[in-house]
Amino acid sequence: MKRKKHWYDYLWMVSAIYIVLGFLNILFAWVGIICFIVPLLISIISGTKAYCNRYCGRGQLFDLLGRRFKLSRNKDIPHWLRSKWFRYGFLAFFMIMFLNMLFSTWLVFSGARDLKEVVTLLWVFKLPWHWANTTAVSPWIAQFAFGFYSVMLTSTFLGLVTMILYKPRSWCVYCPMGTMTQGICILKYKGESNK
Amino acid sequence: MRVSKKMAVVSKECVACGSCVKVCPLGAISIFKGLYAIVDADKCIGCGKCAKECPASVISIVNREGQNEEKKALV
Repeated sequence: MKRKKHWYDYLWMVSAIYIVLGFLNILFAWVGIICFIVPLLISIISGTKAYCNRYCGRGQLFDLLGRRFKLSRNKDIPHWLRSKWFRYGFLAFFMIMFLNMLFSTWLVFSGARDLKEVVTLLWVFKLPWHWANTTAVSPWIAQFAFGFYSVMLTSTFLGLVTMILYKPRSWCVYCPMGTMTQGICILKYKGESNK
Repeated sequence: MRVSKKMAVVSKECVACGSCVKVCPLGAISIFKGLYAIVDADKCIGCGKCAKECPASVISIVNREGQNEEKKALV
């Protein structure tokens, strides 16, 4: 029995296009905020993980590359990677790095620091991004774009590595957004569930 | 209706990502309130597609009688 395809089964294209657009013009990074706000809103309002389950383009992209294109070893993920402490620890780490990025944006906004045209991969490796033409906008808008794109590129990179090493959607196990939305659902239904 | 000998069981470490829902040929799995996946025992035939797909490897295929035997029943 073949599952009927819906419009949202093609959202992997959006994720792929997003990464490419960032290479062309860093300011497209701003669009990525959708991937942060929508899952949170869905979980807060409707109390589900419909974003992960249906709409997440990144999950679909990993599924496509790993399963359809067989780029995954399909091995079990190590226990520590799926443990609660790692998932919530990674979420905390991600949040700290995110706040740090917002702080950099604030420094540029207030004029305390100049715009740094670099995309940082894995929080340490600085990739020079000189071709970005950001003269049309205020420096802080560009700074946020660089920081946000760093977050997206880093998580895509980590997701690709674990996709190859373990199962296609291994990223979903420790995805900070997934952990957060599940956490919101747990809080929302506290006391109701008996599992 | 014939009942299969085996069925899928989801452990507590489920991250509710929904990968299993997408591969289930019978629509027997759903995500319960964004918390974890639940298997409809009446629909599940124990094919194992979900267990293979699960990125957290928290789904096991067990014999219906004696569901607690867990892993030794893995196919």
